[in-house]
Amino acid sequence: MAQVMMKNLNKKYDEVHAVKDVNLHIRDKEFMVLVGPSGCGKSTTLRMVAGLEEITAGEIMIGDRVVNDLPPKDRDIAMVFQNYALYPHMTVYDNMAFGLKMRKFPKLEIQKRVQEAAEILGIQELLRRKPRQLSGGQRQRVAVGRAIVRHPQVFLFDEPLSNLDAKLRVQMRVELKRLHERLETTAIYVTHDQVEAMTLGDRVVVMKDGWIQQVGEPLELYGKPANKFVAGFIGSPAMNFLDVKVADANGALWAEAHGLRVKVPPAHTSRLMPYKGQQVTLGVRPEDLQLASGSDPSEYVFDAVVDVVEPLGSEILLDLRAANSTIVARVEPTVRVKVHEKTRLAMTPDRAHFFDVNTELAI
Amino acid sequence: MNKPIAGGAGSAARLEVVLPHPRATEPRRLTRFLENERALAALLLAPTVLVLGTFIAYPFIMGVWLALSSTSVGNVGEFVGMRNFAKAWNDSIFRTAFGNTFVYTFWATIFKLTLGMWLALLLNRHFRGKRIVRASMLLPFIVPTVLSTFAWRWMFDPTFSVLNWLLYRADLITTKLPFLSDGTYGMWCAIVVNTWRGMPFFAITLLAGLQTINPDLHEAASLDGANGWRRFWYVTWPLLKPVTLVVVVFSVIQTFSDFQLIYVLTGGGPANSTHLLATYAYQVGVATGLLGEGAAISLFMLPVLFVVVWLQLRYLRRMDGA
Repeated sequence: MAQVMMKNLNKKYDEVHAVKDVNLHIRDKEFMVLVGPSGCGKSTTLRMVAGLEEITAGEIMIGDRVVNDLPPKDRDIAMVFQNYALYPHMTVYDNMAFGLKMRKFPKLEIQKRVQEAAEILGIQELLRRKPRQLSGGQRQRVAVGRAIVRHPQVFLFDEPLSNLDAKLRVQMRVELKRLHERLETTAIYVTHDQVEAMTLGDRVVVMKDGWIQQVGEPLELYGKPANKFVAGFIGSPAMNFLDVKVADANGALWAEAHGLRVKVPPAHTSRLMPYKGQQVTLGVRPEDLQLASGSDPSEYVFDAVVDVVEPLGSEILLDLRAANSTIVARVEPTVRVKVHEKTRLAMTPDRAHFFDVNTELAI
Repeated sequence: MNKPIAGGAGSAARLEVVLPHPRATEPRRLTRFLENERALAALLLAPTVLVLGTFIAYPFIMGVWLALSSTSVGNVGEFVGMRNFAKAWNDSIFRTAFGNTFVYTFWATIFKLTLGMWLALLLNRHFRGKRIVRASMLLPFIVPTVLSTFAWRWMFDPTFSVLNWLLYRADLITTKLPFLSDGTYGMWCAIVVNTWRGMPFFAITLLAGLQTINPDLHEAASLDGANGWRRFWYVTWPLLKPVTLVVVVFSVIQTFSDFQLIYVLTGGGPANSTHLLATYAYQVGVATGLLGEGAAISLFMLPVLFVVVWLQLRYLRRMDGA
């Protein structure tokens, strides 16, 4: 059990600067998720922690040791690979025992630990099989088992669920979370799936183009995204973005676009003052848009035309045209609207987001 | 009740019978013949059977027959049973050639495997000019054996040997080494040349095998605490074993029945001390003209190679079953 510190971490390949000035403090026993689109540097960061990639500049500490020059085997970490990387010629038992065998553990201790891990993961019956005789989910469990028998200081997960089908992925996600609660080992988990990031992480790091965009607890990222990228990346369906102009009228600020005029919520007024007369990006999450009823304050209501209706059972997703762009609203399943129908949408004022057009930072 | 009750297909069929179609019948018969799976299979297999029969089965059967007869050049000969085999077995040159063949095959294969594996592991890394090195490594394999062996013969030449010159200049020797004028030296020279020639095949095949191994396995193993040597021993080698086995068996077969290299390098000399079964069989059967005895000598290769191939097949089948 240990904390992991990254200081000004950089990775440069010949042409590509893959990881840029990453500073991260992963606390002891924390489950930290690195998330971002492919090529954002999240896997490279993980592999530098593992010792599988050289560090171009900066420092990584595991516990209180600087590990920059330590080979992977001396870093006291265990990793679960995307394709499991099970040794195909060894039985499940040998796969799990291999790391302990290489570290010259006594036979009895190895046996005890493998049994223990197999029990935790429910794979006792599979110990004598070879990897190719296992299903994807079982292989995944063995890969996790191989990591936990070692009782390492840090677990590293490199997209461990992405080779599983959707149903199994949800199931394994829950199991991983339960496992972490039981073992209380520091974990760094890389994924491109924001749902996995949100559900698993104690905290989540959003990365893009090698830069850290934001670090925070899942709901913090969702509720207070630091910039437009995080706002659009976290949440599904993604946040709606509308280009609006900030205008001053009747002693209040208004966000205006073609066919749309909503009041800037009071909470944002002071911060938007300097943008008077300028373009900004208004961000609204789909669930913060509802079909307007008579009781909604009229300054947060605007016109829209229904384009597509997607009933999901528990909710309905409406694709609408408003202010010359397409927006998505997530509405109650009882709502009845038809395609091409003109309607009015009300937004929840205190959940609106504004972003600078140039820097894309939240205002 | 074959008669159609009314109309439909029945009348159409009758119509066809009535109208003469002299041209249509011929291809239809061929089509019907080809529809028969047995006939089609026989037809498709015929060329292969013909080629294999002419160039493999016939010479082989002919060889067995010759070995059991007293045929020599200009003499049809008659059946003599196992006499040729017995004669060969009691011949001291044959004994030497028989032993040489094993020594030659054993050491050449060991060297080719170790050096080929080493080369494959080196070439499996990333470095500048990787492709050129990989391609040029095949050169010894591409150059015709006779040609390259002639070059080696010059390097081992008693008078002009460049190797002797180099060793002498480097103060490693004071008198010339009798590379090809001594039986034992000659045998080792042949093994060296064979290794030089056969190693690329090992390296390329093993390299292909290495590239099928998922690099993640090595990363996993290094995280599991295995150093370079143990990663090779516990991960690479077991996964490479099937490929290795196939190359080794191929190489054993080729080396055991090698002819060109010895024929050009030493011609079996000095004093018949470097003969292999193939060269000795040639010398007795063709050069001397005792076709029957020559065939018997070459047939001594059969049981050995048979066992090698059988072991390989058994191993591969067990791998499949596992």
